[in-house]
Parts: sequence; C-alpha cells; structure tokens
Amino acid sequence: MNPTRSSVPWFSRVVLILLGVLFLLPFFWMVSTSLKPLNETMKLPPQWLPSSPQWNNYPDAMQAMGPFWLYARNSLLLAFLNVVGTVFSSAFVAYGFSRLDWRGRDGCFFVLLATMMIPFPVVMVPIYGLFRALGWIGTFQPLWVPAFLAGAFNVFLLRQFFLSIPRDLSEAARIDGCSEFRIFWQIILPLAKPALLTVALFQFMATWNDFLGPLIFLAREDQYTLALGLQALQGTISGTPWHHLMAASTLVLLPVLVLFFLTQRTFIRGIATTGLK
Amino acid sequence: MAKVLIENLYKIYPGEKGRPEKVAVDNANFEIQDREFMVLVGPSGCGKTTTLRMVAGLEEITRGAIYIDGKRINEIPPKDRDIAMVFQNYALYPHMSVYRNMAFGLELRGVPKEEIRRRVDSAARTLGLLEPDNLLERKPKALSGGQRQRVALGRAIVREPKAFLFDEPLSNLDAKMRVETRTEISRLHRQLASTMIYVTHDQTEAMTMADRIVVMRYGKIQQIAAPLDLYHQPANLFVAGFIGSPPMNFFKGMLTASRQGTLEFVERVPAGQSPFRAPLSTETSRRLSSRKDQEVILGLRPEHLHPNSLTSGASLEATVEVVEPMGAETFVYLRTGGHACICRTTQIELMDLEDKKLSLGLDLSRAVFFDSETEAAIPS
Repeated sequence: MNPTRSSVPWFSRVVLILLGVLFLLPFFWMVSTSLKPLNETMKLPPQWLPSSPQWNNYPDAMQAMGPFWLYARNSLLLAFLNVVGTVFSSAFVAYGFSRLDWRGRDGCFFVLLATMMIPFPVVMVPIYGLFRALGWIGTFQPLWVPAFLAGAFNVFLLRQFFLSIPRDLSEAARIDGCSEFRIFWQIILPLAKPALLTVALFQFMATWNDFLGPLIFLAREDQYTLALGLQALQGTISGTPWHHLMAASTLVLLPVLVLFFLTQRTFIRGIATTGLK
Repeated sequence: MAKVLIENLYKIYPGEKGRPEKVAVDNANFEIQDREFMVLVGPSGCGKTTTLRMVAGLEEITRGAIYIDGKRINEIPPKDRDIAMVFQNYALYPHMSVYRNMAFGLELRGVPKEEIRRRVDSAARTLGLLEPDNLLERKPKALSGGQRQRVALGRAIVREPKAFLFDEPLSNLDAKMRVETRTEISRLHRQLASTMIYVTHDQTEAMTMADRIVVMRYGKIQQIAAPLDLYHQPANLFVAGFIGSPPMNFFKGMLTASRQGTLEFVERVPAGQSPFRAPLSTETSRRLSSRKDQEVILGLRPEHLHPNSLTSGASLEATVEVVEPMGAETFVYLRTGGHACICRTTQIELMDLEDKKLSLGLDLSRAVFFDSETEAAIPS
C-alpha cells in the first residue's frame, strides 16, 4: 500500500467533496453572474454558466460604483489602522488577563466576555451619541479609534493562546532581568505570531466587509469604503444591475481571498494550536 | 559564591471559598554554607519547590527572611538577587538560538559583546555544546532533551551568579540521560566551586549529589544532615522510609524482658500467626530500658537482613514472595507473620525460592528503633 496515500475512507471523501461543492456554490454563482449579460442573470431555470463571458462587466461595474480606487484606498487605510490597533491593544490586554495575577482579574475577564453577547445594533445609538458629542461624526475616527481599545473577541482569542505558553518562560526571563513589558515584547509576542496573525486576518476581514459602521458615521462620498460603494449598485429605479453588482462584489472579495490563501497555514495553526512543547 | 540563610520562613496561601489556608512552608530554618551543594528532597507537595522559589524571588515570602551573604533579599526582585535558576522544563526561549538563550541575560545587563562571546563560548565548551556538533546557532526544538538541559545549565553558568538554583532539572530526562546529567552537575559543582541549591523528589539524586540534604514533608523540615548520616541515623520514621532504595523495613512490636535479663523485640502479629523474637544486645537493652513493655518500631535496612545466616542470635523466618535478580545483587520480597519486608543480598542461589520459607539473620547492631506514637527515632 502506498504509505503516502491518505487514510480517509472513500465515502467520507465523497461526503467532504459534496459539502465543499455546496459551500463553494454561492461563490461560483457570484463569479458566474459577474460574467453574464444582464438578461441572463435572473433567468429561470437558472443558467449556471454565461453564454459568452462579458469581461467588460468588471470595468463597467467599477465605473458605475463611482470613485472605485478612492473607496479602495479608504477601505485599505481603515483596515490597516484597525489591524494595527486591534493587534497591539488586544495583545496588551490579553497579557494582563493571562500572564499577570491580580485581584479581580477573573471577574473582569468575565465582564469582558459578557460584552461579546451585546449585538452592535443595541449599542449603536448611544455610541453614535458619544461620537457626536466628540465631534467625530463625518470623520474616520469612529471607524478606527475603537480598534485601539481592545475588542473582547480578540482579547479572548489571544488570552487563550498566551495561557498555553509555559509560565517557566516568563520566570526565566524575570530572573534573566526582563521587566514585565520586556517579557511581553521580547518573549511572549514573538511566540504568539500565529495567534497574532489570526487576529490580524479576522480584523482585516471584519473592517474590509464593514457596511454598518461607514453607513452610520461617514457623511461625504469621498470618505466611502468599498462596502458602502457597493450599495450604489443596488436598488436603482431601473432595477439592480446584478451582473455589475456581482462583478464589483468579486473585486471587493478578491483581496481577502488572496490574503487567506497566502496565510492559511499560519491562520489555521493560530486557531488550532493549544501550546508549545 | 555565597552563604544562604533561611530564617523562620513561612509560605501561607490564604483560604478561598470557605477552604482553610494552606501552609506550604512551615517555619523553615537552615543555612547553606559557601560552595555547599544542598539538596531539598521530599514527596510532592512537601514545600521544597516553594522554598526554592522564595529564594529565587518567584514567590512572595509570607513570614521570615532569606539572606544571601548576610544581605536580606526579601524585597529584592529576582534579577537583582544574583542567582541563576535551572528549570525542570528547561524554560529555553523557543524563538532564540542556543547562543542567544545563553547570552540574553547578559545582554539585558549591558555586558559588552566580547565578554558575552567569551563567557558563552567558555560555558558551551565546558558543557560539550561545541563538539562534536556546534549547537550554538540551533533553536531549542532542534535539540534533544539532554542537550536542552545543558543549554539551560549554560544559561545559568554564564551569569556567574552567587548561587545556582535547580528545580528538579532531571525529571524530564530518560534514565540514562539522568545519570549522565547528574554526574555532569556534580562535576560542574566541583569545577565552579559554587553554592548550589537543588530540589528533587528523587532520593537517589539527593544521596549521590548532596553535601547535605534537607528532608521535607508537609511543609516542615524533618531532618538536615549529610547523606550517609541521614541513611544510618534517620531522625524519624518518614526520613528512614524515604531515604534509601529499597526502603527500610519496619516491624511493629513490643520490647519485653528476655530470660537472659536483656530486652527482646517481639513482633506484633495478627491472631493465629507466630511472631519472630529478636533478642537485643546488652548495650542496646540498656539504651532502651525505659521502653520496656512498650510498643516500638524496629527499622532494619534490607542489606542488614542476611539469608541463611545467624547474627547475634537474632533471626526470623519468612515466606519468600518474589525474588528479583538485579545482576550485582538480588532483592527478595518476603512476608513474616505480621509484616512484609525486603532483603538485599549478593547471594545468587536464591532463585526458585518463591513460596518457600527462608531464614534471615538480623544485624541488630545496625537497627534503628522508633517511638510508635511520635515516630521519632529513639536516640542511640
């Protein structure tokens, strides 16, 4: 028997392939529709493949959206700021919850976890009021400053990873002469690269796809992000141009897809890993 | 190098959720002389590691004080205590090379690069990290367990500390590597002429490496003595049973008057069993005269039970349960009327004796008697 052959039984493979096809279906439909002429997009029975690929749908969609590259720049800027802010602030807070012993720590962590249960629409109005009082409505601030204040989910993710790093390492570093910050910076953070990359990727995807935040807090069209710009293609008087909408959606999705494929090994290791041996 | 003084040391963990407080270290007092190799030994939970961690500054001291070279160090942070520690799990920084692991502490102290290079090379040479393969640029994951432990030793050596602290450094090694590294540490101690405090649960490590041993149990110090003093003159039943492998045999019984006017030890046995009787010498009888007609515990090491021989008229007959030939010697597991015991002998003709009776001569000149209530050794 070929020792390199997978030991997965054939029927499990068939099931996995079918499930994979099922999950890929929406993506396939999006790309297929992006290459169809408008009259083929809503045909019944559904037409799976375009009769002849309309590659001009892509430049047409970018034109119809408005200043596409400006929106892309805004999305990229916000994604960058959010990734930097989230990674550093969450790591900092997660360190305090995992590597330091202090009274009330576990209670505070429980309260932090509880905030994860609150959906954004619930706090949307008071947060809007807060930013309005600060004079930030119509600026980018509401969309990146909160990232520097450590979100609960990312703190939780990093805390779990930090807990898996042996305490001996911190103690050895303490004896070697490290301050607590230096232990965090030179010992713990370098060892947490998979988890940090996971947080960065999650945050990038969340910011890139964020529609509600830009919708509420931004005022001018030149501040729009790609997610908001897609809206321009929806619900016009003459109906939705599905072929352009799908083309634009494919374009918006592409960076996230490329990023994931480039980093998937580290990404999966960051989620799955439980410790160092 | 340095003297280390532990004075009235306590570590008490406060009780939580209605549970009582836990006294991990209970009034420890001892002094480690300059250049001495002191071993703290005892079963899990006895307080030996907590004591070491208080010396290192990794645990807060509840009460009492620790002095290094006459200077009280209670409030001094670990990095300023001039100590180096070797951990059970090596605690090497996985993302740094062997060189960087060893140099890291010196870099933090602003030691010049040339001096760091000199110290690291010297320690690496001493520990065999340069030959046959130069391991300095490897990461810890590319090393074996024994190599990692040597890097951990090297990291401590380059610091040139006042005292070395070892927290069960051999526990994660296989038996062969344990013996090799044990002798390596002993050799280093002689070479560096340094003060070393070593924690282990393994009494063999304690016996072979220590200048003196502190035996601990439930947070309290049981006895402090040189290895052979602990072995031959244990202070109580716990020390007697913990030190030595196989452990000392204990027989519960009574001291009664014999026909010759001396004392005789009579084994306590269940109803229907016959006890063995061991007449004591005149000297021993005089020493134990105040214990006449009292319960005592007779302790005899396995090597002081001699098969098929009569020593001083004291002997017992027991049933052989298991014979273990170890090569150079044989361990025989037996059962008397009321006790199980072990005999250690170089006689090899004891095979095929399972379930048969064997006479054992008792060398009572080497016996230790214990008070059956307090378990303290009765002074000789």
